[in-house]
Amino acid sequence: MNDLTEFEKRIKWRKSKENIFKLISLVATYSCILLLFVLVFDLFMDGKEWLGLKFLTNFQSRFPHKAGIYAGLMGTLWLTITTALISIPLGVLAGIFLEEYGIPGKIGKIIEINISNLAGVPSIVYGLLGLSVFVRGAQMGRSIIAGALTLGLLILPVIIVATRESLKAVPLSLRMAGYALGARKYQVTFGQVLPSALPGILTGIILAIGRAIGETAPLVVIGALSYVSFVPASVKDEFTVLPIMIYNWASRPQEAFHGLASAGILVLLIVMLCLNGLAIYFRIKNQKGKRS
Amino acid sequence: MRSEKISLKREYMVRAFLGPTAIVSVITTLTIVIILFKEATGFFKEIPVTDFLFGTNWAPLIEPKSFGVLPLVTGTFLVTAGAAFIAIPLGLLTAFYLSVYAKPNLRDIIKPILEILAGIPTIVYGYFALTFVTPALKIIFPEIEVFNALSGAIVVGIMILPMVSSLCDDCFREVPGSVKEGAYALGATSFEVSWQITLPYSLSRVLASFILAISRAIGETMAVTLASGANPQLTFNPLKSIQTMTAYIVQISLGDVQASGVEYYTCYAVGILLFAITLGMNLFGHAILAKYRRV
Repeated sequence: MNDLTEFEKRIKWRKSKENIFKLISLVATYSCILLLFVLVFDLFMDGKEWLGLKFLTNFQSRFPHKAGIYAGLMGTLWLTITTALISIPLGVLAGIFLEEYGIPGKIGKIIEINISNLAGVPSIVYGLLGLSVFVRGAQMGRSIIAGALTLGLLILPVIIVATRESLKAVPLSLRMAGYALGARKYQVTFGQVLPSALPGILTGIILAIGRAIGETAPLVVIGALSYVSFVPASVKDEFTVLPIMIYNWASRPQEAFHGLASAGILVLLIVMLCLNGLAIYFRIKNQKGKRS
Repeated sequence: MRSEKISLKREYMVRAFLGPTAIVSVITTLTIVIILFKEATGFFKEIPVTDFLFGTNWAPLIEPKSFGVLPLVTGTFLVTAGAAFIAIPLGLLTAFYLSVYAKPNLRDIIKPILEILAGIPTIVYGYFALTFVTPALKIIFPEIEVFNALSGAIVVGIMILPMVSSLCDDCFREVPGSVKEGAYALGATSFEVSWQITLPYSLSRVLASFILAISRAIGETMAVTLASGANPQLTFNPLKSIQTMTAYIVQISLGDVQASGVEYYTCYAVGILLFAITLGMNLFGHAILAKYRRV
């Protein structure tokens, strides 16, 4: 009978370990989620009084009540579109080439390792690169085009990897069917495989663009201005972006500027949320397509 | 047939057009390395490497000038270690919860939320650290400074947590069902299966995820710039204001530094150190991932 009690004791001890583990993993998971809500709530409380049409259409000002993010919004818009125009075609085409055609041998492996390393390089290093090569070397100055090229290089590995993953997911049978009908590789690739992989690629692109919108450090190094009272008229103009305006306001000691900063963050987050929502929509559409 | 000839020509044209796009990535890496080296040599011409790497006083802009980078390194280390301390345990626990305990519906809700957490721009975290975390910490540690390493460490930890949990969750799910089911059949609890089977099975990939997350933390810029300050001092006290390598580069970029002279080159010297550290860690992490890929 003693054995049974020993046994029961051990079972109880193991069960309680199990329950404790379940509890702390639950707490860990939900505390992060809770933190997210706390963050958003805190931002909302700080910033809601500053949000408004004036906030979106005013330029910077020494006076908090007159300040707005118009310059930043326009700058972000110009910069994002230019970056997208540069990096999306380049990234998608590179991804297609690497995945469908491939480079044999050691060079191919080196390129693969290279891309995954570039994805992990801190964004500020890209800023140093942009400063030396684009701002100074190519003498583009602190212009939108310099910033767009820098950010483009930054998100390029992300787009390439996303493209490759989406292409990998396309079943081999689709390609084989194309070849069996006598199509050339480019016809199969661009006529069959690419359209099939498109939702996944779009998801990757959207997430990459979302990343570019929120980037601050490389643009600071390039020299995007903090106090701007004009809207860019061409890609050669100087500019500011929303994250830098937020940083500028957040670094000031006055409370009012902190409120402005949180309002700016709310605008930024809404933009990112819309983009993420779009990405999730495409991802769901992608999965549905595969199931049918 | 003529159409065959045309399509063959087009095929070669497509290949010739696509090929160079892949080279861009190689050019980028080479350019980063070349530029960093070139500008850094400008720096190391005047300051000996040993002074830089082992000096303990970083004061490149104020007289008397000193170029020992260790305070920046310890600043980065403090923030990174703190972030890892938070992200690794919590990330692992979250991964276990997602892969073992959470119902599929719940998992489909939680995963996107974690992704949102990861996608929030870093200045937002910096702002959060400054306006919420530091005041909250002040209640527990009244002697904490307005800018401090701990605040930065906490928000960076939150930032990299989704990376750890997502990577670990993926590899926990890849543990063969047969092994887990066998353990359950023998009467093991989920905790025992997780610790004694799942974790050892995926250990190398889990470690790789840690390395990659830490590398990300090292390169983190805006959150620590806002939260941890611009005071390069050699300290291991997380309650004090410090400066990380990344925050220093921001400080120089924002200030009025001429495009030549040692001060300007400090940017690149710190940059090359940062690049070398993160590159080393990334290579190591990916090597582990590649070696133990059980697909």
